[in-house]
Amino acid sequence: MLNLLIIYFLLAVGIFLLPKSIKLQKGVLIAVVHLAAFIWFASKIQFISAEKPIILFAHWIPELGLNIEFLLDGLSLAFALLVSGIGASVFLYAHSYMKSYDYTDKFFFFLFLFSGAMLGLVMSSNLIQLFIFWEFTTVLSFFLISFFHEKEVARKAAFQSLVITFFGGLGLLAGILLIGSVVDSYSLNDWIAGSEKIKESSLYLPGLLLILLGVFTKSAQFPFHFWLPEAMQAPAPVSAYLHSATMVKAGVFLLARLSPALGGTAEWTFIVPLFGVITMLIGSYFAITQTDLKIILAYTTINALGILVLLIGIDTRLSIKAAVLFLFIHAFYKASLFMVAGFIEKKTGTRDLNELGGLKKSFPITFGIALLALLSMAGLPPMLGFLGKELIYEAKVQSPGFGSLIFIFGVISNIFMFAVSMRLIFKVFLGKPKNSYNVSKIKNVMFVLGPGLLVLLSLIFGISPNFLGKWIIDPAMSVIYAEPVKAELKLWHGFNLVLFLSLATVAAGALLSYILIKKDWIEEKWRKINKIIFPVRFPEVFSYALEKFVAISVSKTKVMQHGYHRYYILTIILFTAALLWLQLYFTRGWHLETSITFQPFYISGLVLIIVLATLFTVLTRSRIAAIIAMGVTGYGLSLIFLYYSAVDLAITQILAETLMVVMFMLILQRLPVFARLSAKATKIRDLIVASIFGSAMTLVAIKAINVDFNNPISEYFMANSYDKAFGKNVVNVILVDFRALDTLGEVTVLVVAALGVSVLLNSKKPKT
Amino acid sequence: MNSVILQIASKYVRWLLVIFSVIILIRGHNYPGGGFIGGLLAGLSLAYKGFAFTPELLKKEIKIKPEGYMGIGLILIFISIWPGVFLKTAIMQGVWFTIPFPFTEGFKFGTPFLFDIGVFFTVIGVTLLFLFSLSYEKIWK
Repeated sequence: MLNLLIIYFLLAVGIFLLPKSIKLQKGVLIAVVHLAAFIWFASKIQFISAEKPIILFAHWIPELGLNIEFLLDGLSLAFALLVSGIGASVFLYAHSYMKSYDYTDKFFFFLFLFSGAMLGLVMSSNLIQLFIFWEFTTVLSFFLISFFHEKEVARKAAFQSLVITFFGGLGLLAGILLIGSVVDSYSLNDWIAGSEKIKESSLYLPGLLLILLGVFTKSAQFPFHFWLPEAMQAPAPVSAYLHSATMVKAGVFLLARLSPALGGTAEWTFIVPLFGVITMLIGSYFAITQTDLKIILAYTTINALGILVLLIGIDTRLSIKAAVLFLFIHAFYKASLFMVAGFIEKKTGTRDLNELGGLKKSFPITFGIALLALLSMAGLPPMLGFLGKELIYEAKVQSPGFGSLIFIFGVISNIFMFAVSMRLIFKVFLGKPKNSYNVSKIKNVMFVLGPGLLVLLSLIFGISPNFLGKWIIDPAMSVIYAEPVKAELKLWHGFNLVLFLSLATVAAGALLSYILIKKDWIEEKWRKINKIIFPVRFPEVFSYALEKFVAISVSKTKVMQHGYHRYYILTIILFTAALLWLQLYFTRGWHLETSITFQPFYISGLVLIIVLATLFTVLTRSRIAAIIAMGVTGYGLSLIFLYYSAVDLAITQILAETLMVVMFMLILQRLPVFARLSAKATKIRDLIVASIFGSAMTLVAIKAINVDFNNPISEYFMANSYDKAFGKNVVNVILVDFRALDTLGEVTVLVVAALGVSVLLNSKKPKT
Repeated sequence: MNSVILQIASKYVRWLLVIFSVIILIRGHNYPGGGFIGGLLAGLSLAYKGFAFTPELLKKEIKIKPEGYMGIGLILIFISIWPGVFLKTAIMQGVWFTIPFPFTEGFKFGTPFLFDIGVFFTVIGVTLLFLFSLSYEKIWK
């Protein structure tokens, strides 16, 4: 499994290296890779459905409980098949779709990386590792949404989805750490084994809420649903792949994964279905009155995500079965619908429902595909969608707790969904063709191949669902339910309550769609009423909040980052001095009398010279004299070093001092004529600051003599310098061997500083 | 500055100083010296010509740019890190071996020395870059 991922990532990078003639076919090539992965996963079906998951374990940072853990069981396999299978069809489609754009290398690179990250996510069984893949998909989603980055809306949408999903991602990480601290492990197995312990812990509720924050942002649940319609700025293959079939399902996947560990409690069965129901309703309700093709699909995706979260939250055998089945149904029809939408936009130049119509004649094959997909979305036989809807109804009827409420909302949402499907069929494909657009006649097989395959699968599985049920849904269900279960799937359930409900749904939906299609003014009115009932637009609230946040940050930052170099230095020095003084005040313990010892007269004389030179530096009116006086201070210091036999230090001091003098001389040429500009108050202030800092440093030096280390480390260095490191110069051995890491850090800092200085000084002065 | 003595001297003294700095680098392991000091000295002596003539001339004549020196240094340091991983237990651990040489006991060469050479080059680059950037274009004119 790890090999598969590595191959994925290497091939993704390899896209850039392909020769030009092969590069033209890269979409097809990547599709073939996905197909191979799909076959590899499919070959494991039999093995895994016999309750034998494939596990891969390797140590990574065991000290932190971080290991590389991959797990391919029923659930991961179901998702992996989706990711690789739909990936293959999307890449085929993208091959044609992206042909007219520049920078397609970049596009395919990101999309390829994404499918690798997604596969990694669904196969991870260490939560931290899963989180890494999770964030990886978020970042890639950002790059893919902003593919048309010259458009401001695209950039805004990408940024918004990034901020929201990162926000949730942080919550997820905190949640994982909280729950992980209860069982002291981030391994999924330990979580499931310690399920009881987790649920009894006081950290359960906060941990659960934080994890749900991650799940809800990623899977576009209310109140975070609004980023998904905005994300429709992405190219159609991205919408089909990331924002309907795979990435947004990552939240659902995590929910299903953690269900055996965290699920089944009162909190779980209350919170999760609650948000699921709201999301489901919102999605289907807003889908009706939209006019943009892709945004309608985005809202129906929100509806589907709500249903999935709801079903997993209900947490009965039936609901899990319905959830896994619906996962496939939705991926099949929604991915193909997005591809059809992209195709229509490409061919007609618009996605506005009011400008489209009568496309049946121009694109008969596309119409067929869309019709089947929309039937599946409406939940009509013989598509797989029908099966799903029946099962969902059954699950809702039998759901414990506030089941009847869920059920009623479910029926309402399905009526809306039916109406949306019918509205799309009639408005886009039937009716009078409108002549306001030019239909280009160029056909491309790839455009149809991808979505066609998916819809065909949906049809085949709808008619004979047992293959899907036995080999894929059963194993996945068993994982979520944590015990072996069998799911019987049938197209015909006989005459029962659910079937009558379905009939009622269809009747109500048909009525609603008839009204909407025939009477345009109702739709207009409805939109106006919506605006009055729901005056708050979430994306606007979000950008407003973000703007305010940035404005506050800027005003707060300005207090600290004022741009005056002298005050920065003042702040740094005062702060350091304050810390030193505090520490000295609390730990005192120096003995001035023992610290003062008499030194030979030439050392005392040297000190006197240094002091005089310092005073001269401060008081002189000549800059050159000041620099030379500073040099005297430095060289004097190095003489003192030499006297106490710190030869290395002395040499370094001399050279550094020389360099300083040279540099000051160079700067000197650029300074304006010397003048006394500072006011008296400023000078006094500087004097006080300098005294505080100087006295602090003096006290530190005195204290250093009196600190009694039990075992000075220098003895170890002295003893081992020659034996272990083969060097007689202890200082040098410390620098390049014992403490080489420090030196490496210092050298790197030096390099960065030098580059910074060079850039600063060589850049042109900005015009002010 | 236009001092003939300085200009003539720079031709010869410069290289003497560079050789001296290399000696400081090599002896650093057993006697006072080392990569940092050697690098400072070498950097200053390379820049010597710039003071005698003009910085622009030095910039034109110098073979390797300051950034190049820094790059060489960092690469050498990077290389010196790894033998410890493969031959000993931990990253950056010193690995020593003796190069046989007639009439002597042989030279000891080890990754810490390589590390020191890396520091030497990096410091040359840093010193040169500081001096160069300070002496380039006169911004205020």
